[in-house]
Parts: sequence; structure tokens; C-alpha cells
Amino acid sequence: MSGETVELLGHWASPSALRVKWTLKLKEIEYEYVEEDLANKSPLHLEYNPVHKKIPVLVHGGKPLAESLVILEYLDETWKRNPILPDDPYERAQARFWARFVDDKCAPSILSAFTKKGEEKEKAGKEARENLKILESGLGKKQFFGGESIGFVDIAAGWIGLWARMVEEIADVNIIDTETMPLLDAWFRRVLQVPILKECLPPQDRLLEHNKGFYKNLTGGSS
Amino acid sequence: MAEVKLFRSWSSSFALRIVWALKLKGVPYDTIFEDLSSKSSLLLQYNPIHKKVPVLVHNGKSIVESLVILEYIEETWKQNPLLPEDPHDRATARFWAQFGDDKVFPPVLDVLRNEGKEQEEGIVKAKESLKYLEEELKGKKFFGGEKIGFADIALGWLAHHENVFEEVTGITLIAEDEFPLLSEWRKTFPDAPVIKENWPPRDKLVTKFQAIREQALVQKLKMAEK
Repeated sequence: MSGETVELLGHWASPSALRVKWTLKLKEIEYEYVEEDLANKSPLHLEYNPVHKKIPVLVHGGKPLAESLVILEYLDETWKRNPILPDDPYERAQARFWARFVDDKCAPSILSAFTKKGEEKEKAGKEARENLKILESGLGKKQFFGGESIGFVDIAAGWIGLWARMVEEIADVNIIDTETMPLLDAWFRRVLQVPILKECLPPQDRLLEHNKGFYKNLTGGSS
Repeated sequence: MAEVKLFRSWSSSFALRIVWALKLKGVPYDTIFEDLSSKSSLLLQYNPIHKKVPVLVHNGKSIVESLVILEYIEETWKQNPLLPEDPHDRATARFWAQFGDDKVFPPVLDVLRNEGKEQEEGIVKAKESLKYLEEELKGKKFFGGEKIGFADIALGWLAHHENVFEEVTGITLIAEDEFPLLSEWRKTFPDAPVIKENWPPRDKLVTKFQAIREQALVQKLKMAEK
């Protein structure tokens, strides 16, 4: 089964697609990457992900799967090399909890801080920092969330290290507070330096321009 | 045998998922009922981040977030598996469980808590999502196939709580002519062993959600007056 072709429909500036790329790379899975033009969704994409019409979509042996965290679990179950989830059920539950925390709490508050203005922006920024502080408690003194090496949560949360700093620059709001979350801050730097992860990162200047454009369209303002 | 404790409230549809999973697998456990308006210090100790039910405590360690708990139960007690064996089918089940929480529950709640334009928008969004669930049931008795699975448990509230919402609001979201398969599932699922013995009392739910709707509408009025 793992011998069949693997395709990833993604977008170069998408953090969710990045999670899947990282996992594919880590597990040394050969795949074909298809860049989706999100403004003009291909019929292929709409066919494969009619429900969310979003990327990433993983297609394995012609069968599509959507939702990055669901895809990550699928990859881990299908390709056993370099597991991203631990063996112990309790540890696995912890990993799943923190990954969901990133999607349910961290991401929306960061997005709010990016898109709102004035007092609402400050409030969102505060919430984002609080959520990241909580996320830090899941890391503790470990090198990575996965322990000695990267795991599920590192892959799920790593994008914040890049995107949050862009939000800070473009929207002029503090997200990652070096003083109040030193361990998380250090982890952000560490995780994005891991060679496999680093080489998949989108070109930062291009990403900055892309997000600036996004910001202009969303808020009608410039940074 | 290791000790298993479940913190729940009498009405929570999320906690009900855990009741079903534990009972379907025949796992003995103790129940601690929480009054969510006055949370116990124990609950806050076991779920300091979200402060919600359900919380599963096993071997003194707490697991929170209902879908995370379901996976934990599945991996710890292997009898009567809730997830299929094939990885693609497992991923599909997980997808629909998450879909229910992300795309079905919020608009359904909006319909309950609003009137007028916002309620209309909620109805449209809810039905859009329900159409996908209807599609997914094609050729199947349950979301899990021939027997109840992970997605059925996650979506189970549609077969009971949502029914109550319809009574309270007077709005039918899942009509038989529009959603024949979902309507059928809503009859079959509650009739299944274990499921049928564990619903919270319907009349109590009606009272509770009537109050929630009234309170939500009053709050909206207050905010509009400001």
C-alpha cells in the first residue's frame, strides 16, 4: 500500500501544507507536489476536497484526505519510519491535545491580532500571548515537544515561529514575548533550524510580501 | 484493575461520547457529576487549561478534550474497536468527527441562540454542512459502516440534543425529505445497545436549552440597546 503514488496539493505560503511537507520529508516519503492557485481552484482540487475546498489535500493511491492533523496521523500510521507520535497512549493523548490547542486557540488568536485594529488588536495580541504561554507549559524544559527529537506537536506548532514574527512586523503587535515565554521562544528558534524543517520553509522575503499583501486586502491598510 | 474516573455533567453531549465509548468497550469506571456553574476544585486541578468536562482520569493522569479522550480509550482498551483497521478509513472517521465539531455544531448552536437574520445564516450554514454528512451516509447504516464507530459517537448529539434544539426553536434542520439518510440514522443510532440506555432525560434538556435560548436572546437585545 505504501508503494502507491503520493501527491500533495498545497500552497507555498500555507502553514498547514508545511506541516504535511515536513512529515513527508521526515519519513522520507516520495511524493509529487502540486501547487494550487487558491484564487483559481483547479477542478482536481475541488474534486478531491469538496468539503472544505482547502489545501492541503493528500492523495495516496488515488484516495484523497484533507485536514492537516488528520493527514499527519495517517502518514504516521501508514509509514512507520521516523514516527512522529510516541508509543504510549497517554503521551499520544498529550501530543494530540497540544496540536489541537494550536489550531483551536493559538491560530485564531494570532489571526485576530493580524486582522483587527486598535483596541481589538491589542486584546487579541494579549490573548495570543496568553495562549502561547500555555503552549509553553506543554514544552517545559524539553528540547522539543517530542523530547530529544521533533514530533507531532513540533510539526503542528513550528509554523508559528515564522508566521507570528511576520504578524508582529506587519501588524505591529507583540505575539512572541521573549521575556514571558523564554523556553518557547528558544524552541521556536531551535525547531526552525532543524535541517529537514528549515529546507522546506518558504522563502521568507517572498512570504513577507505575500502576507503584507494579505494584510492590505484584509484591513484596507498598510503596515 | 486500574482506576478510571469520568468527570461529566448530566447534559453534556461531549461527555456522553466518553460514556458511550467506555460502555461499548465494557470498561468499568466511576462517574463524578459536575455542576458547571460551580466547578469542583478537583475538576480545575485535572483540567486547568480548559476547565471543562469531560475529563478522563486513568491511573491518576488526566486526559481532556473529548476526541482526544476517545482516541486514548481506543488505544488503551482494544476490545470492540471504534476505529476501523484501514488507515484511510481511520482518517476518514477522524475527519468527520472533527467536521462535526468545527462545521456542524457551531451553526446549529447559532440557530439555537439567535433569531432573525443571524438565525437564518445559521440555518443555511448548518444545512450546508449537514448535506456533506448526508452524502457520507450513502450505502451505510452508520458512519462507521455496519456498526457504530468513532464518527457516530462524535456526531451522536445530532440524534438527541439537536432534536431538542429543534423543539425549542421550532426550526427543523434535519427534515426527512431533505435529509432522508440522516433522518434514518437519527432513528437507528439512538436505538442501538448502550446508546439507548444512556441519553440524558429529554424533558430536562428541553428546559435547559429553552433557558439557554432565552438568555442568549436577552443578551443580544441588551447589546443592541447599548
